[in-house]
Amino acid sequence: MLAHLVFWGLAVVAVLAGVAVFVVNSMARASYSLALSFIAVGLQVLLLQQLYVGVLVILMMVMEMAIMAVYMNMFMGMNPAMMSMNMVHGARHALPVSVGVFLLLAAGALFAPWPSRRGSPPADVTAALGTELMGPKMLTMATVGVVMAATIVSGVVLAAHRTRYDRLGDDLRRPRAADPQPGGVSR
Amino acid sequence: MAETPVAVSGGWAPVAAGLLGTLVVAAALLDGALAGRAAGARSRMGRPVGEVARLLRQRRRTTVAADRLLWRVGGAGLLGMALMIVTVVPLGRWTLFDLAVGVVWVNALDVLAWAFVWLTGWGANSAYAMIGGYRFLAHGLAYELPLMFALVAPAVAASSLRVGEVAAAQQGLWFVVWMPVAFVVYCLGVVAIAVWGPFSPALGRDVAGGVTAELSGVDRLLFLAGRYALLAAGAAFAVPMFLGGGGGPLLPAWAWVLVKATVLLAGLVWLRRRVPALRPDMFMEVGWLVLLPAVLLQDLLVAVIVIGG
Amino acid sequence: MTVRTVLLVAAALISVGLYGALSQQVVVMVMMGLELMLNGLILAVAGLWWFCAPDPSGQVLLLVILAAMTVEMAMGFAVATSLHRIRRSDLTDTAADLSG
Repeated sequence: MLAHLVFWGLAVVAVLAGVAVFVVNSMARASYSLALSFIAVGLQVLLLQQLYVGVLVILMMVMEMAIMAVYMNMFMGMNPAMMSMNMVHGARHALPVSVGVFLLLAAGALFAPWPSRRGSPPADVTAALGTELMGPKMLTMATVGVVMAATIVSGVVLAAHRTRYDRLGDDLRRPRAADPQPGGVSR
Repeated sequence: MAETPVAVSGGWAPVAAGLLGTLVVAAALLDGALAGRAAGARSRMGRPVGEVARLLRQRRRTTVAADRLLWRVGGAGLLGMALMIVTVVPLGRWTLFDLAVGVVWVNALDVLAWAFVWLTGWGANSAYAMIGGYRFLAHGLAYELPLMFALVAPAVAASSLRVGEVAAAQQGLWFVVWMPVAFVVYCLGVVAIAVWGPFSPALGRDVAGGVTAELSGVDRLLFLAGRYALLAAGAAFAVPMFLGGGGGPLLPAWAWVLVKATVLLAGLVWLRRRVPALRPDMFMEVGWLVLLPAVLLQDLLVAVIVIGG
Repeated sequence: MTVRTVLLVAAALISVGLYGALSQQVVVMVMMGLELMLNGLILAVAGLWWFCAPDPSGQVLLLVILAAMTVEMAMGFAVATSLHRIRRSDLTDTAADLSG
């Protein structure tokens, strides 16, 4: 009973915080309402007994939203005062489309003949996930690792405006890199 | 093999909070005494008490167009974080919250410092406070990954993410002995989330107090108490992770936990005036090029020993 | 808390996210819409796993979704930074070069 109440409370928080992202008048508030929505969903995943994933969602998303807030302020140059930031296009179509999608998904959720539970959960869900990842599902883990590495490289390529030629000279022979911002280990 | 701790009912939570509060008061008094000695005065141990009384009576300063909600959330958040961390720290045979993924839980909570410190800097709508917030995030980018991998080492060695089992796995040898790098990086991380000592540029005098520039009255008290509480909670969590949990001669297990936590906390408080401030721009490279590889090597070493041994 | 209610909440999160992704002009706000949709997806997968087929391998899908989110976030920020650097703008409408 208590679990049900908590679940519905968290559901209301998650959805309302999600709506707030596109309603509030401040970038900081928008990104931290998204973080709140993620925390609520992470706690719901905890209620669904997937402890590791639930805590991981909270960990990752709070970090991401802290970064998100910095980017938003960097690009939009805002201050904490509330100012209208209603910057939308095609809102005329977006609202009906999303309402339609909701009705479709909700109908599916409510009226589809969901199967009854097959099998029972492992005694230690986290340990089972670990064994699975390091055993039969090793390929998934290896692929995710490569994708992450590729993401880091392409992210830096896209975002950095200085190349190694700017740092080390046209023939790459400069002994110390000429950076506008010196680093801490004096390379 | 020591028995793993049993979860006690939530009614004991005020006791845990009280213990944390005691550690906070002790740390503040010690810091006052150290500050007095540094200033040449005979003893200024009472100074924190006077400061609390002053802040409780002070009127709140207001700033133009402040984001009050986020400001208050950030200021009070640090204290909440510390309280949530101590819920998974076993006190000898008892623990409040015997979570199967306790180590990840603490990791998720320490990330909240990014949000709370930055929000405290942002909410005031003051340039200096905001610079402080950004300085903290820059530090965060450098310390967070090494801190995460430092927490990995004890969990790998104990083959468990349950804090009680990590403590129980140190019957023979404390983890701090054979994973010193992870321990040092962990302590650095604790000091960082408490915006303490070397990580205090976010509150620097050169930016008029940084994040705390516009904080006054009860808000300031909450923020400062939150910093001490994080330091205390971090020291308490180091006990089951690195310092053998409740293991020790003569005294009962719970007393050993408190003794170890107090000693480590005193060390961290003392560190404040002994280590120079780390500039965020300089520390970035140190974090990524020195700390991260070092702690990864530590993890590798631990994994090899666990598999081989 | 049944499979139906969990999926209903997930549907609500996905549609709110879809509205944001469709309507917002600022690149970072579009990303927030996408994140919200993935948020709903996490809840849906977690619910289906628990109520329909709680065998160990199902959870791996959740980790893949989390990985997809990080990739989306990192690439989104990189593209936004690049766009801002070249065009001094953070609006999707100024980056419509490839639209037919």
